[in-house]
Amino acid sequence: MKGESNTSIHVTKLIRLIRLSVVLLFAFIGSMIFFVFSLSINSSPQPIETAVSTEVLDDADWDKIENGIHVRTGLIDSEGLMAVVSNCTNCHSAKLLTQNRMSADQWNETIKWMQETQNLWDLGGNQEIIVKYLTTNYPYKKKGRRAILSNIEWYELED
Amino acid sequence: MERRKFIKQAALSSFATLIGTDIVFGSKLLDGYVPLAMQDPDPFALFSKDKGMVVLNDKPWNIEATADLLDDKVTPNSSMFIRNNGKVPEELDASTWTLTIDGESVSTKKTYTLADLKSKFQHHTYQLVIECGGNGRKEFDPPAKGNQWGVGAIHCASWTGVRLSDVLKDAGIKDDAVYIGFHAVDVHLSGDPEKEPISRGCPMSKALQDETILAFKMNGKNIPKIHGYPLRLVAGGWPASVSGKWINRISIRNKVHDGTKMNGKAYRVPCKPVAPGDKVKDEDMCIIESMPVKSLITYPKSGALLKKGKTLKIRGHAWAGELEVAKMEYSIDFGSTWNACTLEKPVNRLAWQHFTSEIEFPKTGYYEVWARATDTNGVAQPMILPGWNPKGYLNNACHRIALKVT
Repeated sequence: MKGESNTSIHVTKLIRLIRLSVVLLFAFIGSMIFFVFSLSINSSPQPIETAVSTEVLDDADWDKIENGIHVRTGLIDSEGLMAVVSNCTNCHSAKLLTQNRMSADQWNETIKWMQETQNLWDLGGNQEIIVKYLTTNYPYKKKGRRAILSNIEWYELED
Repeated sequence: MERRKFIKQAALSSFATLIGTDIVFGSKLLDGYVPLAMQDPDPFALFSKDKGMVVLNDKPWNIEATADLLDDKVTPNSSMFIRNNGKVPEELDASTWTLTIDGESVSTKKTYTLADLKSKFQHHTYQLVIECGGNGRKEFDPPAKGNQWGVGAIHCASWTGVRLSDVLKDAGIKDDAVYIGFHAVDVHLSGDPEKEPISRGCPMSKALQDETILAFKMNGKNIPKIHGYPLRLVAGGWPASVSGKWINRISIRNKVHDGTKMNGKAYRVPCKPVAPGDKVKDEDMCIIESMPVKSLITYPKSGALLKKGKTLKIRGHAWAGELEVAKMEYSIDFGSTWNACTLEKPVNRLAWQHFTSEIEFPKTGYYEVWARATDTNGVAQPMILPGWNPKGYLNNACHRIALKVT
């Protein structure tokens, strides 16, 4: 009897312990799931993206186009503009693009060189868009062996 | 400040959106980068440059003079071109600055403070021509990649410092020394601390010349930050890229220096002449050493309207890399006839030489004055573009100005 009652108490205690463990386990798993989930939300670029694009919209001047020119970079507003702005004007000035009148081959070679030596990232499908934009809007101009003098500003010479 | 932070976020997240991945060095890439619209809009004030200077590139800063801005015998800071391969260092402290001489061919690796250099070695002052290897690149056809320099990536300032040879000898040069290579504190455009924006050099024979100096003064004052404060290597007559800015280390090498922009196609031209537009393999490209003979008409500015019967006084400078200019001429009939100019001797070796002339015009009309220098080897400037090369270096074609006699 004594033994039985002892046993039943032990069993009851054991059952309580198991129940508690299960509850704790679920609570733990639940909190872990919540934690991991919230962490993944925090690390996802989504909320930042939203916050930033709201600010971009607030900032009217940021990507303003005036008379067909992207004001911030001076680039011509045409198909592929933003791919060029986003990939090409962070490390160097857009002036380096507009002063170079190269062929598609030369641009592709230059991109390869920048990837090998200047830490330029893989441009993926944007590469074709960028090269097309550059060769269309800033085409090669024939100069020959010596160009004629142009854009001369005439002035009276006093001495 | 808030704005700057926001821009950084915006750019980074837009990258992530565009390419679907994080950018290696992305955070470094944008560190300190202020988008163009936010940058100091006035580089002329920032670097004390003349308003007439031409900005070719604002990241990195590349600014050149026009011919008329180079009229002074000794080029003032306000007219000196700016060429950077990387970002200009932010913090430059002369009081803690050191220069280390190391490399395979140094007897003892040695470090000098700036004060050591100034007190230990004799000071020398020279007027030295520094011309960008790509000066005149914009005229090449097919076009060559890079900053499209016109005529103004050249200056001849007065530099004061100690001879590189004195410092190298103090550290000790081993018999197998071949080349020196400089290292500086400027930062790669990508922000990657493992990369040097530029680390070039020259053979020992050039390094040991009297006029090759480690300069701490320019035109009698501390070197402006943008031109290499507090210590610059100055190797006159060679591509300006040999004259490294913000120098903190020079390696004596037992082979041709292999630093950034010593290899590939940088500052190299085809070893053998090629047709315009030809593809040239890297191994067929040779390092540029002395710059070629060249000259500039610095007065008057192109576009002068002159009254008939008046004499036109022209002036300018001529230089010839390692050599001297022996003869200076001008033509007003597109090279059919040439007339001698008065040419001065250089103040010191590797300084540019000044020329003047007086021109009478036979009748009213449109003229061009062409200038042509000939070096001591009898080599003259070509009237048309010299040999095409993939990177558009060494354009020493005759300079010309337009004018009308009315």
